[in-house]
Amino acid sequence: MTRLRTIFVTPAAVLMLVTIVVPAAIICVYSVLSRGAYGGVELPWTIENYGRLIDPLYGGIFVRSVGLAAAATALCILLGFPLALFIAQSGARRNLYLSLVILPFWTSFLIRLYAWMFLLRDTGLINTGLQSLGLIHQPLPLLYNTGAVLLGLVYGFLPFAVLPIYATLERLDKSLLEAAADLGARPLAVLTRVTLPLCAPGIGAAAILVFVPSLGTYITSDLLGGSKTILIGNLVQNQFTTARDWPFVAAISIVLMIVAVMLMFAVRRRGEELL
Amino acid sequence: MEDILELRGLSKQFATHRAVHEVSLAVERGAFFSLLGPSGCGKTTTLRLIAGFEMPTSGEIWLNGTRIDALPPFRRSVNTVFQSYALFPHLTVLGNVEFGLRHAPAADAEQRVRRVLEQVQMADKRSRKPSELSGGERQRVALARALVLAPDVLLLDEPLSALDPQLRKQVRAELKALQRQTGVTFLFVTHDQEEALALSDRIAVMRGGEVEQAGTPQELYQKPRTRFVASFLGEMNWVDGIGIRPECVRVSLDGFLNARPGRVAHTTFLGPHRHFTIQLQGGELVTAQTAAAVTFAIGETVQVSWDAADELRFSS
Repeated sequence: MTRLRTIFVTPAAVLMLVTIVVPAAIICVYSVLSRGAYGGVELPWTIENYGRLIDPLYGGIFVRSVGLAAAATALCILLGFPLALFIAQSGARRNLYLSLVILPFWTSFLIRLYAWMFLLRDTGLINTGLQSLGLIHQPLPLLYNTGAVLLGLVYGFLPFAVLPIYATLERLDKSLLEAAADLGARPLAVLTRVTLPLCAPGIGAAAILVFVPSLGTYITSDLLGGSKTILIGNLVQNQFTTARDWPFVAAISIVLMIVAVMLMFAVRRRGEELL
Repeated sequence: MEDILELRGLSKQFATHRAVHEVSLAVERGAFFSLLGPSGCGKTTTLRLIAGFEMPTSGEIWLNGTRIDALPPFRRSVNTVFQSYALFPHLTVLGNVEFGLRHAPAADAEQRVRRVLEQVQMADKRSRKPSELSGGERQRVALARALVLAPDVLLLDEPLSALDPQLRKQVRAELKALQRQTGVTFLFVTHDQEEALALSDRIAVMRGGEVEQAGTPQELYQKPRTRFVASFLGEMNWVDGIGIRPECVRVSLDGFLNARPGRVAHTTFLGPHRHFTIQLQGGELVTAQTAAAVTFAIGETVQVSWDAADELRFSS
């Protein structure tokens, strides 16, 4: 039994070690070294890289990134919950709807972002359409702003919110909803007093799955936000490739990782309290 | 006593089958009324129609003088004890019991919660979660949660089936005592004829979505109107198309008038009495119930007889 378990677990453990633990350790070590002249790192050891994060310039980027990721998470849950509820209640059609939710994954995210650019730009479908209808005379500034980035994040990560929420709703014992109605709860009260609390673990999972990648995003902000909306992801990319400041990038990454892990623990504990 | 609940020609047609067909019943206020039948007979659907979880295809449901069949569940003064209990896992015992009072505020709510928790002996476990309770305790919380709202009728959907057999008899007695104590009308769904006979003031036997016969346990047992009712309640021998209960069959070595000879096929000791299964010369098997002290050897030739008055005849 134990032997079989070892055989089964070893490949996954090796993969995790090589792809997650080792790189994380390298980043951790790099973050306390000094910057090399042409990229790379060199001695002496220092914690100055973390100190630089306190700079208001970076603080602003950090706050904006967290704010945008939080907004994307909130919107994904607000839009995802009703959608998941609808799918969970649609009986035989639920598999069709689930495939539709997953369908966008068949195309590269990058290509889908370019599609959004074609829709949103000044000469894009939306602006030319509105202009030809005579509703506007100047193109609306739809692209290259924070709103466009938020739209891209919500569009890209909505399935990650829908799927875990759907999973908890689908498992929800239908007799609990009947019991609530039987005890006098109207449909809205059933939703707030039974469905939502029991769905909390799924909502928590959705929050993590949307918040963490949103916080680290750089393609979405790069393509839809132009150069005006700098997020942590863009800062990391920029500092790594252009400024060649590897230790500073490592320090940013470590802080991001800590935020993500803390969030996961907070959500998990909340979920355990409920059940 | 006036009727608190009345079903008039109630039918429910699902896409593929007819679950309930033209069911008419009247339940007296304060009664312990059972719907008895095998699985798929429509008893649970009938209960769900009364609770409002299903809408009838046709027919009427009258509760306390008001027609309720078009009302949503939260507007009906009936409460349900579910087969799986359906306790809210995120709430404590107290939270579960108080759940319905939020929607039907009562001045004496606190007092009612305290009293009902004492009635079901769960007062000391009020802050436990359902996952920390035994099956019997969960069942009592489910009862308390429904009874605290003082429903006109309490609907119970096989509430004992999830309990192990030893506990079931004890809980059965508690259930009966609780019904007497509270005076609430119980409508009890079960497939267990022994349970129905032991608990009920009246029973309606259902089959294929229809009520086969309704009456007191004694009426149903002694004067079954159909073959189905006769076989479903208690044990029944069938000889030449005539029904005879095992306790009415006499076994002896000497021949009586109208006695039939047979051979003892096997015997079962049941504590206070004994069952003999006797193969008649025609090949039919007859079970006779005798005192425990009576002994016949297997293979022995015996005479089987009964009073004509105990014979049950059915046209269908």
